[in-house]
Amino acid sequence: MIIRAMKDDTGGQILLAVLLAAVLLVPILSLAVPDSSPLHLSTYTVTLLGKYLCYALLAVAVDLVWGYLGILSLGHGAFFALGGYAMGMYLMRQIGDRGVYGDPVLPDFMVFLDWKELPWFWQGFDMFWFAALMALLAPGVLAYLFGYLAFRSRVTGVYLSIITQALTYALMLAFFRNEMGFGGNNGLTDFKDLLGFDLQSDATRAGLFVASALALGLGYLACRIIVTSRLGRVTVAIRDAESRTRFIGYRVEQIKAAIFTFSAMLAGLAGALYVPQVGIINPSEFSPINSIEIVIWVAVGGRATLYGAAVGALMVNYGKSLFTAVFPDAWLFALGGLFVLVTLLLPRGLTGLLRQRSAG
Amino acid sequence: MSSSRHGTRGNAPILAKLLLFLTCLTLTTGLSAETLEATLAQLAERSFKVKLEAVESIATSEDGRALSILEALAAGELYTWKGVPRVVIGRKSGRTMHLLDPLTGQALGEGRAKKIILNNAMRVALRGAIAARTLSSPDPAARLGAAREMLGDTSPAATKALATQLEREQDAEVRAAITLALAIARLGAQEADTRLAAVTALEASLYPEARNALLPLAEADPDPAVKAAATKTLEDIDQLLAWNARAETLFFGLSLGSVLVLAAIGLAITFGVMGVINMAHGELIMLGAYTTYLVQSALPGWIDYSLVLAIPAAFIVSGLFGIAIERTVIRFLYGRPLETLLATFGISLILQQLVRTFISAQNVVVQNPSWMSGSWQINPALALTYNRLYILIFALLVFAALLVILRRTALGLEVRAVSQNRAMARAMGVRSERVDALTFGLGAGIAGVAGVALSQLTNVGPNMGQAYIIDSFMVVVFGGVGNLWGTLVGGMTLGIANKVMEPWAGAVLAKILVLIFIILFIQKRPRGLFPQRGRAAEG
Repeated sequence: MIIRAMKDDTGGQILLAVLLAAVLLVPILSLAVPDSSPLHLSTYTVTLLGKYLCYALLAVAVDLVWGYLGILSLGHGAFFALGGYAMGMYLMRQIGDRGVYGDPVLPDFMVFLDWKELPWFWQGFDMFWFAALMALLAPGVLAYLFGYLAFRSRVTGVYLSIITQALTYALMLAFFRNEMGFGGNNGLTDFKDLLGFDLQSDATRAGLFVASALALGLGYLACRIIVTSRLGRVTVAIRDAESRTRFIGYRVEQIKAAIFTFSAMLAGLAGALYVPQVGIINPSEFSPINSIEIVIWVAVGGRATLYGAAVGALMVNYGKSLFTAVFPDAWLFALGGLFVLVTLLLPRGLTGLLRQRSAG
Repeated sequence: MSSSRHGTRGNAPILAKLLLFLTCLTLTTGLSAETLEATLAQLAERSFKVKLEAVESIATSEDGRALSILEALAAGELYTWKGVPRVVIGRKSGRTMHLLDPLTGQALGEGRAKKIILNNAMRVALRGAIAARTLSSPDPAARLGAAREMLGDTSPAATKALATQLEREQDAEVRAAITLALAIARLGAQEADTRLAAVTALEASLYPEARNALLPLAEADPDPAVKAAATKTLEDIDQLLAWNARAETLFFGLSLGSVLVLAAIGLAITFGVMGVINMAHGELIMLGAYTTYLVQSALPGWIDYSLVLAIPAAFIVSGLFGIAIERTVIRFLYGRPLETLLATFGISLILQQLVRTFISAQNVVVQNPSWMSGSWQINPALALTYNRLYILIFALLVFAALLVILRRTALGLEVRAVSQNRAMARAMGVRSERVDALTFGLGAGIAGVAGVALSQLTNVGPNMGQAYIIDSFMVVVFGGVGNLWGTLVGGMTLGIANKVMEPWAGAVLAKILVLIFIILFIQKRPRGLFPQRGRAAEG
């Protein structure tokens, strides 16, 4: 199945090969090579790379629904943040009595708000498996409910984009409220350790990098298996002629809801891996702007290729790091220009350009 | 000395008036001069109790000069002369203190003096006494102010002053105010009949003082008739207050709705009529607000007029930006709405950064002209602020103007023709490209005009556009794409819904609930409140 999925996917093969090389090399370069060597990777770089990989996974998730299902979701930033919050809650509980107020159970912000006991929705987050499950289930269930309602009512195209954006915006406003019990404005931070490993140590960072790379690789494979399967062909049919597919007899709503839910869970997974690496999750992750930015990563890389989405995410974010360091003011000009130029001149993205070259 | 510096600051006009008054009075120095002088000396005592008695005795004195002395005391201008047992008016200039006689206004030369210190009981007594005396002023506005000041003052002196003035008062407004104050004062009378009459007089009064004074009577008046009457009156007042509160909520809702309509109405054209997802719409609003700022900066002395000038200026600036965006980007993307969304989002980032780079990354201060400040006091419980009122009217005017443009002008006809059937319109000789550019320019220009209005209500900064873009799309989608009336009704409905929920849900939760409501509403009616009908709606 895997072999069939990857057979005609040169870009994907290269991507997976690079990921495999990174999984093997990065920990060695970071941990075994001495600091003085030019080949040594600093913890900062490892974390940055790990962060990019999470973004790449998120972009692959968006490409699955946008490229193959025709849904321009502006809600994936929210699914990503929900996964991040689930992981953040686990990390918060792991702090235990090492917080500023030293309460063994309540996180600092709850003590600060004078709460006496843990709210019901925080129960269970002291167990890793539960938090990991929630990082997938919370975005998944939300996406299923939302998708089921929207697809059943045949809300499509621009309308769907706008209501996914409304959903993201509503979630952002909700998470900003202190009463919600997710740390309000400040979000969740000051994490100490994950499964007993110190989050500040180089080895943990390298481990998180490896986990992100594996998640991206597996997520990519899973998406690839879906799009090369029979289900994938129906998905593309829905994208290109929804009514016709429905009239042939396919349950369009069900298929859309299923793919949308799977994609949201991938986004949640990316968020869960992202949070321990950056060390904070706050409501600004829900900001509608983030969701639109993800779409542009996909567009830059090349829509409906999957590997293009990953490449786009890596490139745009590398560019962002570079730009914001050198010309901080010019970054928005560059990003804005990228949006305009890619949509006008590169409808198939950079990988599309490469394919054209090699074909012609 | 530091306390005296504090006391004399900014009192020059009062002092000048006082001097004029005193010079008039010196001619009519009456019999009670000696008694007044004696009580004045009491003010030099240390004990607040003695000083309070002195204030009360001056207040009830028949002497015409008492008011000026009370005013001087309230303004902190009365001093005790060091070394001389005498109360004087002190006026500081530089480091020296000029002293005047409080009764005659005669200059007494320079000297060292100590300010007479007041406590709260004295201040309250002074305020009441001054109001009671001002009640007989020849100026009706001063009398009205005094009567309002005396609302809730139940001292016998106040009651007496009010009753005396009521007998000779001619001005209807002042009479009403005095009657009200008197009724409140008489609620505390010994006789049940007086109280009952006072309760009846307070019927339907919306002054909070009246309600506060009725409360104890409704709870525990010894006379059952008075108690029943007070309870009934109180219930009526509460009901009236509730209606006023509802009217206020409605006004706030309409005001928020007018902001939403203003923000969304340009989008109703670009999105509704042309089908273009313009994510830079919020930034076009922002450009309009910044145009207001620039016009105000260019004409610093004309704040009252520059806002009116800013309206056409903002229309032109945002409109030209809109046409430029349409010609360079959007026209290549017709029929690909999702790509348009991304490209215009990129434009919005560029516009934000342009403003940050060339004007300021911080918010700028846009001034309110004098005619926009203040409020329209309909009754004591209901006041409508002028800025919100004008913006509500302005939003309706813009809506009407747009409706006329689309329904009654040649451009409007062409716009509708192109939006309904582009190929057929072109076949009939409509230059569709030109119409596209002008329509987009119109929508963008209206966004700029909205920015002028919004600059009067909210902060003007590079991010202000983002705050409106989602709301604007919600309004257009909720109202029904391609329908201007839908935008008006949708915006007003959402505004009112928001404000009705705000008291019990809080502002943020109310907004979340409105968003959830719209998401669910779209499921039920994907084409909004007023869906477009006919062939144009298909596809």
